[in-house]
Amino acid sequence: MKLKFAIFWGAACGGCGVAILDTHEKILDIADMADIYLWPLAMDFKFADVEKMDDGYLDVALYSGAVRNAENEEIALLLRRKSKVMVALGACAHLGGIPGLANLYTREDILNRVYIDSESTINEEKIIPREAWNEDGNDLELPRFYNTVKTLDQVVDVEYYIPGCPPVPLQIFSALTLIRDGMLPPPGSVIGAGDRSLCDQCERVKEEKKISGIKRIQQVIPDTKKCFLEQGLICLGPVTRSGCGSRCINSGVPCRGCYGPLDDVDDQGVKMLSALASSLDAKEEKEIDAILDGIVDPLRTFHRFSLAASMLRRKKV
Amino acid sequence: MSFEPRIVGFLCNWCSYTGADLAGTARIKYSPNIRSIRVMCSGRIDATFIIKAFLEGADGVLIAGCHPGDCHYQEGNYKALRRYRLLKRVITEYGIEPERLCLEWVAASEGERFARVVDEFTEQVRELGPLEFRGSIEDSLKNDNPVHEEHAGLGTGE
Repeated sequence: MKLKFAIFWGAACGGCGVAILDTHEKILDIADMADIYLWPLAMDFKFADVEKMDDGYLDVALYSGAVRNAENEEIALLLRRKSKVMVALGACAHLGGIPGLANLYTREDILNRVYIDSESTINEEKIIPREAWNEDGNDLELPRFYNTVKTLDQVVDVEYYIPGCPPVPLQIFSALTLIRDGMLPPPGSVIGAGDRSLCDQCERVKEEKKISGIKRIQQVIPDTKKCFLEQGLICLGPVTRSGCGSRCINSGVPCRGCYGPLDDVDDQGVKMLSALASSLDAKEEKEIDAILDGIVDPLRTFHRFSLAASMLRRKKV
Repeated sequence: MSFEPRIVGFLCNWCSYTGADLAGTARIKYSPNIRSIRVMCSGRIDATFIIKAFLEGADGVLIAGCHPGDCHYQEGNYKALRRYRLLKRVITEYGIEPERLCLEWVAASEGERFARVVDEFTEQVRELGPLEFRGSIEDSLKNDNPVHEEHAGLGTGE
């Protein structure tokens, strides 16, 4: 019997949906294994139809994107209710992703920046979108814009995670075949990825790590054979799950950490902080600070995709 | 009731914990706010421990290790120093005052110095007031939309 899928995006760029389409001819195999009951990115269905289904009617909901507003949360809850298995697809649903970096600001900061302060905006009356508005007897409503970006599993129970920004298309396909064949690991597992660190399987030559200066990728032409960290380029490979096929590393760009932490790691970014700091080649406070000055924006560098899932979650308010 | 800071202290086994012991056997009085945790080396203190301490209710975290050059494992205290310098920058971005994190070198013979370090750091944190990191995050989440009633009971049980 064919499976029943729903595919939805919350606070996302759409890249995860495109990654599903990027399975190319395998998309026909996906169409063979499942009927799709909701996919706003690619097909036309109504939420009202989903609401009419019996609870647990759908087999799998693939949710990409973070939970940033009330609509994201409401659909997450709806799909949780209607689906037997909930899958967080991509870094945003898994860890908060790039939208999660907004947790370093408050809701007011963001609305003011976007609607009033930004250089390209002229808004003399300082109009900011409201949640509810009445015009000539007609009520208009917008979903609430949240103060804090949440990962999917901070809102509903999630059975499986497919990491990546975006997930590698073939990994999505292999995860879906696991579902089709009933070969799934215990709930809570990451599927469509490895269980070692990216560093562990990296083919670059690694010697002793003694970092005497941090550089940014645009400032140097990196050696193609040597470890990025040993060249002073921040690479999150040591703290990031493998499974991406080293897309960035093979293109001459250090890992940014989109596949997230390994099992049993509480905080990917803080782990990277510990690992990087211990490899610096300095013993005096002044020398150390001089090297650290080269890390532009350490928090956002270490937590680029994982801030919303980090131990502290957001800036204190 | 007046505010009593909760201080978590990570003390290295070879120098600082022994220094703390000496303060005890010499009956030196120091502020009781510190909760000492013995670790084998200050280099063993993963930044995760410190973040977790702040999350679980510490108002200040003290790291104490051997003086430079004295590390039982040669390099451990330098690793601690580097992590400390970087971590100070990062906690500031999370909205935690950098003065809530402190690193001091305390040798096994420096019982008095240990007592002074604890006293001074306790007063420094007392002036900053309570941190209450977790509480502030939970409060801010309450302002986000209440859940639609019909979906109640589907949360993560957090």
